[in-house]
Amino acid sequence: MDATGLEERAASLTTRSIKTSSKRAALELAVSCMDLTTLEGADTAGKVHSLCAKALRPDPTNPEIPPVAAVCVYPTLVPTAVEALEGTPVKVASVAGSFPAGLGPLEARLEEIRWATAAGADEIDIVLNRSAFLSGHYSLAFDEIAASKEVAGEAHLKVILEVGELGSYDQIRKASMLATAAGGDFIKTSTGKIASAASFPTALCMSEAIRDIAERTGRQVGLKLAGGIRTAKQAWHYLVIVAETLGADWLTPRWFRLGASSLLNDVLMQHAKLSTGRYQRPENFTVV
Amino acid sequence: MAFFRRRKRAGATGSDTSAADTTAANPPDAILASSPSNTSSIHSVDPSPASTSNTDSTTALAPVAPPRTAILKTYKLYLGGKFPRSESGRTYPVHSAQGELLAHAVRASRKDVREAVKAARSAQQSWAGRTAYNRGQILYRIAEMMESRREEFVRELRALGDVRANQAYSVDVAELAVREVETTIDRWIWYAGWCDKFNSVTGSSNPVAGSYFGFTIPEPTGVVGVVAPDEAPLLGLVSRLAPALVSGNTVVAIASHAHPLPAIIMAEALATSDVPAGVVNILSGLHDELIPPLAGHGDVGALDLTGCEPDLRAQAQTLAAETVTRVVYASAQEQNWLANTAQSPYIIESFCEYKTVWHPKGA
Repeated sequence: MDATGLEERAASLTTRSIKTSSKRAALELAVSCMDLTTLEGADTAGKVHSLCAKALRPDPTNPEIPPVAAVCVYPTLVPTAVEALEGTPVKVASVAGSFPAGLGPLEARLEEIRWATAAGADEIDIVLNRSAFLSGHYSLAFDEIAASKEVAGEAHLKVILEVGELGSYDQIRKASMLATAAGGDFIKTSTGKIASAASFPTALCMSEAIRDIAERTGRQVGLKLAGGIRTAKQAWHYLVIVAETLGADWLTPRWFRLGASSLLNDVLMQHAKLSTGRYQRPENFTVV
Repeated sequence: MAFFRRRKRAGATGSDTSAADTTAANPPDAILASSPSNTSSIHSVDPSPASTSNTDSTTALAPVAPPRTAILKTYKLYLGGKFPRSESGRTYPVHSAQGELLAHAVRASRKDVREAVKAARSAQQSWAGRTAYNRGQILYRIAEMMESRREEFVRELRALGDVRANQAYSVDVAELAVREVETTIDRWIWYAGWCDKFNSVTGSSNPVAGSYFGFTIPEPTGVVGVVAPDEAPLLGLVSRLAPALVSGNTVVAIASHAHPLPAIIMAEALATSDVPAGVVNILSGLHDELIPPLAGHGDVGALDLTGCEPDLRAQAQTLAAETVTRVVYASAQEQNWLANTAQSPYIIESFCEYKTVWHPKGA
C-alpha cells in the first residue's frame, strides 16, 4: 500500500461540502445504516430496552427519520433485544467470540456464537485473532474465522480487524483479504475498545480491498466502520469515501454499517438544524 | 565615553550601561536621526571613513538602522481561548469618527457563533464548579491585567474619536477615554468582590412550616449571549459581561459593530488572566448576521440585548422565545455607564436561575 497516497486521497475526499438536500439525504442514510451499539460492562436489560426504542424511532418528534439498521449488544442481552425488536425491520447484532480480545479457547468462542445465534441474533460480530495474525499464523486466524462462519449459520458474520492494532495499511489490507476469504460477510474496523479506531485512510484502505475482491471474484462483501465516529460530519465523510470507492451499490444497510453510540444524537441534531434553521441543544434529544 | 555623553545630551533616557547595551547592538533611530552632531559621535566609535554621511543608508557599515515598518495588530476573534480568524475568512473595515481607517476587524459568521456557543458550553460546568472565591480571584486578575495595559486601552478608545462623545458626558474625548478605561477596570474589581457574596445576598433560607429547612439558591443559567453597546464599546461590554461571569455562566459576547477593537484587545487581557478557555468568547462582525443565530441557538440560556439595534430586537426576542431563552436589557439607569448605577447585584441575579431545596430537619 502507498500510505502517503492513501492518506492524501482520504483527506481529499473529506473536503467536500455537503449542503441542504444532499446533507439531509446523507444524514438519513447514516441513520438507516447505523448499528446502534452499547457494549459496556454496566449494560442492563433496561438500557437495552431504551436503546431498542431509540433504534425504532430515533427522533420521536420527527417521523422522517428512519429506524437504524441494527442494535449491537453483548450475547446475554440478545434475548432482551430480540424481544424488543420482534416484528420490526431492525436487526439484532451480537458481539461474540471473546470480544474484544478474541483470545479465549476456540471452543468457548464458537460456543458463544452458537449461543447468540440460538438466542436470535441476526448478525454476529467476531474479532480477528490478532495474536495469530501478527505472529504470522495466518492459517490459524483463517481457520478460526471459517469455523465461526460455519457455526454462525444463517447469521451474517462481521469480522472485526481492530485496525489500530495491525500496525500498517499493508497489514490492514492483508487482514481484509484473509477475513473475507475465510467467509466473513462484513469486515469491520474496530471494537471501539482501544483509542486508535476507524479513520478515513483505514476506511479507504478497507474499501479498496473490498472493491478489489468484488472485481476479481464478483463477490460482494460489506463494510462496517466503528469506533470514534461521533459527529455527523465524520459520518458523511465516510459515506463519501465509500461512495467514491465502492459506488452506490454499497450504500445500503445491507452492505454498509456505521457502528456508533453517541453519533446518532449528533446526526439528529444536525437534521433538526436543517429543518428548523436553529442550532440545537444536546439536552433536547433522548439519551441512548 | 564621549559617545555616551553626547547621546545623553540628545535626549536619551536611562542609565549609561543600558544605553551602551542598546546602541552597541542596534542604535535606535531616534538617537541617530535627532541631530547631525550624533553622526560625529558615531564616527568616533566607527573606524570606517566610508560612512561619513548619515543619509547614506545603503552603506553596509553605516550603523544607521533602516527605516522600520511598524507591526500592526491583526484583530481576530477570541474563541475557546484562542484567537482564530473567522471560518468564513471575511473581515470588515473599522473607521474612526474622522473616517480614518483604523484596522480590519473579523466579520464572523453564524458558524463562528455555533463554535463559540460550543466552546462556552463545554467550559461552563467547570467554571461554575470552581469556588466562588476562585472566580473572584480570576475576575480580579482580569482587572490587574487591564491595569497594566491601561495606555493601550486609552489609546484605542481615543482613536475612535468624538463620535462617542455622548452628550450625557460633560467631558472631552481624551478624558472620557481615560475615565472609561478606569471605570472598566474598577468594574471588574467590583464584580470580583461580589463572586463570594451574591449567593448569600440573593439566596435565602425560607421560613417554612413543618420539619424542613427550605433553601433558595441562585444558580448560573448556562451560556449567556451579550451584545455590546456602540456608545461604550469597552465599559458597556464589561458592565454586562462581568455580572454574567460572577455566578458561573460562560459568555458569548458580540462586540460593538462600529468599535470592535477595544473588545478584542480586552480578549488579550482575558487570555492572560487565568480565565479558562471558552469562559469568555468574543466575536466581531455584523449584528444582523450574528444576533439571530445566537438568539435562536437552543443552547443559550440568557441573552443580554443591550447593544442590539432597535430594528433587530423584535426578531431576536422572537427567536429567543422559541427556545425559552431569557432576554435581558440594561435599564436606562444601568446604561449611564460611567456611573455607579451601571453596576448592581441585581444584574448578577438576572443571569441566574433559582433552585429551592427542601431538607428534612429531623424531629
